[in-house]
Amino acid sequence: MQKNIILAGVGGQGILSIAAVIDWAALHEGLNIRQAEVHGMSQRGGAVQSHLRISDQELFADLIGLGTADLILSVEPLEALRYLPYLAPDGRVVTSLDPFVNMTSYPPMEEIEAELGKTGHPVLVHAADLAKDAGSARASNMVMLGAGAPFTGIAPSKLEAGIEALFGTKGQEVVDINIRAFRKGLQLSNT
Amino acid sequence: MNHSRLLLLGAEAVAQGAIDAGLSGVYAYPGTPSTEITEYIQRSAPARQSGIRSAWSANEKTAYEAALGMSYAGKRSLVCMKHVGLNVAADAFMNSAITGVNGGLVLAVADDPSMHSSQNEQDSRVYGRFAMVPVLEPASQQELYDAMFHAFELSEAVRLPVIMRMTTRLSHSRAGVELKASLEQNPLNAEYAPGRFVLMPQNARVQYRHLLDLQPMLEALSESSFLNQPVEGHGPLGIIAFGVGYNYAMEARKAHGIECRLLKIGQYPLPRTQVNELFEACSEVLVVEEGYPVYEELFRSYFGSAKVRGRMDGTLPRDGELTTDLVAAALGVKPPETATTPEIVVGRPPELCKGCGHRDMFDAINIAIKENADHHVFSDIGCYTLGALAPYNAIHTCVDMGAAITMAKGAADAGLRPAVCVIGDSTFAHSGMTGLLDAVNDRTPVTVIIADNDTTAMTGGQCSSASGSKLVKICIGLGVEEAHIRTIVPLRQHLHENVSVLRDEFAYNGVSVVIAQRECIETVAKKKRRAAASAQ
Ligand SMILES: Cc1ncc(C[n+]2csc(CCOP(=O)(O)OP(=O)(O)O)c2C)c(N)n1
Ligand code: SF4
Repeated sequence: MQKNIILAGVGGQGILSIAAVIDWAALHEGLNIRQAEVHGMSQRGGAVQSHLRISDQELFADLIGLGTADLILSVEPLEALRYLPYLAPDGRVVTSLDPFVNMTSYPPMEEIEAELGKTGHPVLVHAADLAKDAGSARASNMVMLGAGAPFTGIAPSKLEAGIEALFGTKGQEVVDINIRAFRKGLQLSNT
Repeated sequence: MNHSRLLLLGAEAVAQGAIDAGLSGVYAYPGTPSTEITEYIQRSAPARQSGIRSAWSANEKTAYEAALGMSYAGKRSLVCMKHVGLNVAADAFMNSAITGVNGGLVLAVADDPSMHSSQNEQDSRVYGRFAMVPVLEPASQQELYDAMFHAFELSEAVRLPVIMRMTTRLSHSRAGVELKASLEQNPLNAEYAPGRFVLMPQNARVQYRHLLDLQPMLEALSESSFLNQPVEGHGPLGIIAFGVGYNYAMEARKAHGIECRLLKIGQYPLPRTQVNELFEACSEVLVVEEGYPVYEELFRSYFGSAKVRGRMDGTLPRDGELTTDLVAAALGVKPPETATTPEIVVGRPPELCKGCGHRDMFDAINIAIKENADHHVFSDIGCYTLGALAPYNAIHTCVDMGAAITMAKGAADAGLRPAVCVIGDSTFAHSGMTGLLDAVNDRTPVTVIIADNDTTAMTGGQCSSASGSKLVKICIGLGVEEAHIRTIVPLRQHLHENVSVLRDEFAYNGVSVVIAQRECIETVAKKKRRAAASAQ
């Protein structure tokens, strides 16, 4: 088993929490992990990405090679497109459709959706709406984790255990909201 | 399930390794990608229980000297900084190679190839060669952890500071790390050794000779280091892979089934015998260094350029971070056919947070300065550097920490009016104060705007060494006239009065300081989150 996953978004959107849940689950599965993050300047509202690699064999590089990502999981639609050169021929794009507009030249959504359509079978998610249904718009990232879950190579139950471990200190209600958000994303991906 | 593994960033593996190897104190000034080392030790409960000191220093030089003092007293100390921080600490560092150390002293320095968050991509291994001290360059998080034990032992064995060199990629990447049993701290053991530590010429000459005499031993230690290893392989092609270069070489070898010999390097000075063996066995050797072609250049003169491939002949790019794809291409692999990034994908540069006080400060500066024919604004490094971008385009320089004030002074000496500069509170404490003293002593007409957000925001909100009323007192103490130390609050509703304060001080023919005081909203939010969490 080996998965190369690119997590994408804008600084402050919570992709590191997605990474932390997958990391936690992979670690408890006894898998090897390499997960490269972006700290520093770009975190101020810039484009950020995390390369996440999990495997039952030894991993060397912290970075994913071009054309070898099994999954691009993005919490922002334009950001999903930025990393297409990394996508493997049979790789999948799973992205939120909620644009984060903090520049003047943001392209029209129709054009973004048209480009996403060219990537095979993208999973497109109205993450903020589903997160609100689950109890908090802030849980959008867990909706996206749920939507991406079937392509991570890790059982959803293990990822849910990761959510509990990660959000446990913030109280049961926060855990419940995030689990509900995760399940909504998962359900969308599975149908 | 494996619970003994911790998932750690490379930087955190260095920190955990230091704690477990009997550390007594860490000294540091923040700087991406090194900041997380010190932050991890500050958060660590075991570190607190065993009394490891870990507060931030004013700058890298004060940090280095304090670490040397702790080592003088017999204890193990760690000093951390980003690559350009070592320029600031270089005087202390170079001379500590001459004095040598007592308790183990490890300098963890994080380089930033590709300049993700830096002004340049200088390679700290050059400093290692310059000072003639051992440099370790592990390839993985586990190796970083293990190498911290090795680094302290080595430092005490040869009585020299040891450099732990990292780069952004390893420092900011997580992997599982298995911990070892931890060691006790050293006892206090300061010895009188003026012959080593008083670097008057007659002592320094003896000590320098001693450093030269140590070199063969350092090389011998490299030959037997676990960080330097040949990897199974044969054929006429060889790779010598340094630090994380090893990861990309291994990945490329595996993915493309490339047959070659490989020598992994993680400790300097180079193990000459191992390197000779590789070059003798191969007709062509690819040199994979993350950073400058420091050793490639030496190999070219020693073994002849014909055999050597690397960054200097274009086989690998001369600048920037390596990747598996770059190393694979250097080994002759055709690049994969991949999708391209659609044209509609525009850049998304970083920006000041919505509601950040720096925004209101730049609005005021832009209005006041544009009333003048010349509107140069010298600046410095921090979140406020983003004022160089649209929509503000408010600052025109950012060179090295502290340079805002001194460059404005030099320009004023040349006749530029007004001579205005913007510097953050943490940067002012780091290296702005001495420049302000120069301006006061010279009665130079400059206006120094201190962007005081009460934190070191750019690197994630660490404590600032001087902010608030302390800044005012420092300026008074340095000799700035009290009437020309003005405090403003950068908020939209104060725009008019702020512009008028700036206008007055720009016109003043002497040293003036305007302190723009408003806390970073990220820090405020973080404090609120913490308070809410502790109330639960
Ligand atoms: C010699 C050196 N050390 C550290 C850094 C990293 N660094 C850049 S800006 C900065 C701090 C900025 O703090 P401050 O001046 O208060 O500005 P703020 O980001 O809070 O606006 C640091 C630590 C550097 N670039 N150079
Ligand atoms: S982190 Fe603080 S100082 Fe930096 S841009 Fe945001 S609000 Fe401003």
